[in-house]
Amino acid sequence: MNLELRHIEKRFGPTVANRDISLLVESGSIHAVLGENGAGKSTLMKIISGFIAPDAGEVLMGGDRLPPGSPHHSAAAGIGMLHQDPLVFLPMTMLDNAMLGSDRNTRTAAEELADVADRLGFHFRPDVPAGRLSVGARQQHEMIRLLWLGVRVLILDEPTTGITEAQREQLFAALRTLAGEGLIVLFVSHKLEEVAELCDRVTVLRHGLVAGETELPTPPLRLVEMMFGRSVEPVARKRIPPGEVVLDIDRLEMAEAGVGAGPISIGVRRGEALGLAGLEGSGQRLLLRACAGRLRPASGRVLFEGADPVTRSDKIHYVPAGRLEEGLIPGLTVTEHLELTAPDDSFTIDWGEAEERAGSVIAAYQISGTPETLADVLSGGNQQRLMLAMAPDNARLLLLEQPTRGLDLESARWVWSELDRRRSAGATVVFTSSDLDELVAQSDRIAVFFAGEVVGVVESSTATTSELGHLIGGLAPGVSS
Amino acid sequence: MSRVVRLALPVVAALAVGAVLLALSGVSPSEAVGLVWEGAFGSAAKVSDTLMSWVPLVLAASGLVVTFTAGLWNIGVEGQIVAGAIAATWVARSLPGPGWVVVPAALLAALAGGVAWALLAGLLRTRGGVNEIFGGLGLDFVAAGLAVYLILGPWQRQGVASTSGTDVFRVQAWLPTLPNLRLSPLAIGIALAGLIGVGLLLRGTRPGLRLRAVGGNPASALVLGIPTERYLLGAFALCGALAGLAGAVQATGFHHKLVPAVSGGYGFLGILVVLLAGFRTVWIGPLALVFVAVAAGGTQLQLRLNVDSSLSGVVLGVGVLVALLLGARGAKEAPPLVEEP
Repeated sequence: MNLELRHIEKRFGPTVANRDISLLVESGSIHAVLGENGAGKSTLMKIISGFIAPDAGEVLMGGDRLPPGSPHHSAAAGIGMLHQDPLVFLPMTMLDNAMLGSDRNTRTAAEELADVADRLGFHFRPDVPAGRLSVGARQQHEMIRLLWLGVRVLILDEPTTGITEAQREQLFAALRTLAGEGLIVLFVSHKLEEVAELCDRVTVLRHGLVAGETELPTPPLRLVEMMFGRSVEPVARKRIPPGEVVLDIDRLEMAEAGVGAGPISIGVRRGEALGLAGLEGSGQRLLLRACAGRLRPASGRVLFEGADPVTRSDKIHYVPAGRLEEGLIPGLTVTEHLELTAPDDSFTIDWGEAEERAGSVIAAYQISGTPETLADVLSGGNQQRLMLAMAPDNARLLLLEQPTRGLDLESARWVWSELDRRRSAGATVVFTSSDLDELVAQSDRIAVFFAGEVVGVVESSTATTSELGHLIGGLAPGVSS
Repeated sequence: MSRVVRLALPVVAALAVGAVLLALSGVSPSEAVGLVWEGAFGSAAKVSDTLMSWVPLVLAASGLVVTFTAGLWNIGVEGQIVAGAIAATWVARSLPGPGWVVVPAALLAALAGGVAWALLAGLLRTRGGVNEIFGGLGLDFVAAGLAVYLILGPWQRQGVASTSGTDVFRVQAWLPTLPNLRLSPLAIGIALAGLIGVGLLLRGTRPGLRLRAVGGNPASALVLGIPTERYLLGAFALCGALAGLAGAVQATGFHHKLVPAVSGGYGFLGILVVLLAGFRTVWIGPLALVFVAVAAGGTQLQLRLNVDSSLSGVVLGVGVLVALLLGARGAKEAPPLVEEP
């Protein structure tokens, strides 16, 4: 019984989530789907499990085509999905949760569920409300339920987020048992080491495309290269003689929502571009937010021009990755966005003048839109231009998260030329990127993060993508594995 | 769909549904409209009564535009009106002196009372993590209970405690009116000032723009350095101030005493007005006038045609639902994307 995807396509407005994805997974194998956030993994899994209908392409189970966009038919065909945050009803007991969507006999169900649990080395607790169990335990119960329902394909979306090390080991052991029994396991993750430890084969997604597929084990470097890719042709960075140290990070430790990073010590100089490399969630975002004064250090300190970033907020501008999530405001026009960060602090706004100013900014930043265009209907590239335009001209520290993610070549080049211009005028730039070539081309130095720590700071003039790849994968440089 | 059609269609549809409802109740729609018109605007006294109910509705709706803009469902507006009325009553009962002292003092007290009640809901939301819908609803009941307690307890009528209200205020504490009418130019002025002030604040000022940013996307607003909590509390306070004034107008300009149902339901009705106006302040004045006219005229329907006066409320409610439904459908038609060059 094979699971096959043929030429799957899915767009959300201007964003291509999946483009021409084909995949064949044979029964009894643990197949990894690896990729950075936004690579299209979750969309693809939701297409397989029927939660989303693809624009084109088909899903076949044992050679039979599944009706698109029907969770009911996908479930009936034996496809079960374990969501990142297990979809259970918290006030209900685990037995009630299991009985939902099933018409089997309640009396025998408890025993059957306990049997499945035994097979996996899990423990089924029928009478406990879901809300009193940890995420890891809920996940185990969801797996038990899906297997009891007789799934033949088990999709796990980032299953190791939020569970303990012991639960992770139990989970991996159970998955190996299941594969041994002929089940198909689709393991979705952005964590290299887990994929390498568990899976037989891996498909790497990048920007909605299949970037590569390979048997495991394989050298981690190869996976890093596939994940990060070389999508943007590098453009020459303007070299600006760096000035004195303006951003002073000293033994900085940060923690938020149970994720920690540090200690980190680094000094960034005026006019410098510092690239932050690493797998997503390795601490880069925490550092950017601490430099922006939006995250209080747990210990150590950050100083910008000798002062706490909180007191320097008019000189520091942070451009987050989520353009519509935490960058722009749906429903507000381009003019209104520009006025939000205008240095002018008068009480009233002269909208006539504001639109004129917006008109000249639109021309200077080549935004394809009018002063009255709503920011949320701009394309991604134009939203990014608007976000850079919103950085006041006198901002002296620009903190950018994935500034070119999802942009076409032209827009990405434009972003870098604008950042060059800002650096020439005395601004310092700190940015994250998922593109090794871009990091090498656009940084003076690159700080590489692994598991919350800076494992190396390399000069980009001497760095190679392969050296970076090693560091990102948590390996000593020069060691081939 | 053209812009004009998109804006007019919900109103036309609401009117059509209203006509059908009337016809089903055995009332000729044209006759009903005539009666409603006569009941609301048939004489100087009727015009003045209609306008005096327009005032609290406009004040409540103006305040609600501010909280809606901030992304808040300020269901607590009813309680804020009651709090304003209680504060105004306290001044009217206890402060001696001429009208030019007592009336402004009562209005200021009402404003402060409304602000305090709104900030309670606001702090519950920003500090206590209680959704403003639940916090506001709870505080509505508390305010209503407090009014009843005062009416039956400390402020009871001389001789007999009655839910019909407190003793009537002395005349110096009444809002001054035109001779022989119940119309208070001061009340109309307050309503217009509130409405226009809110319109200007939201459209023409930097704090207004920031408030719209907070309502549109609090996460982005925070990243852009806008102190979101302060703006949320500011929105609550401004809405509370206007609602409190509405309560003062109800107590000192209409009932001339504190009654248990002093809010007159204008807070909840204000929510309907704002939804129907699509959060645009320019539409609040005219729509509020339609609402109060229909309510006033509904009494005429009962008197003359012997249909239940609640019919006018049903017609209004169904009309708003139809308008919102069509409005929501319109919003689903996504705006065209601006393509890359």
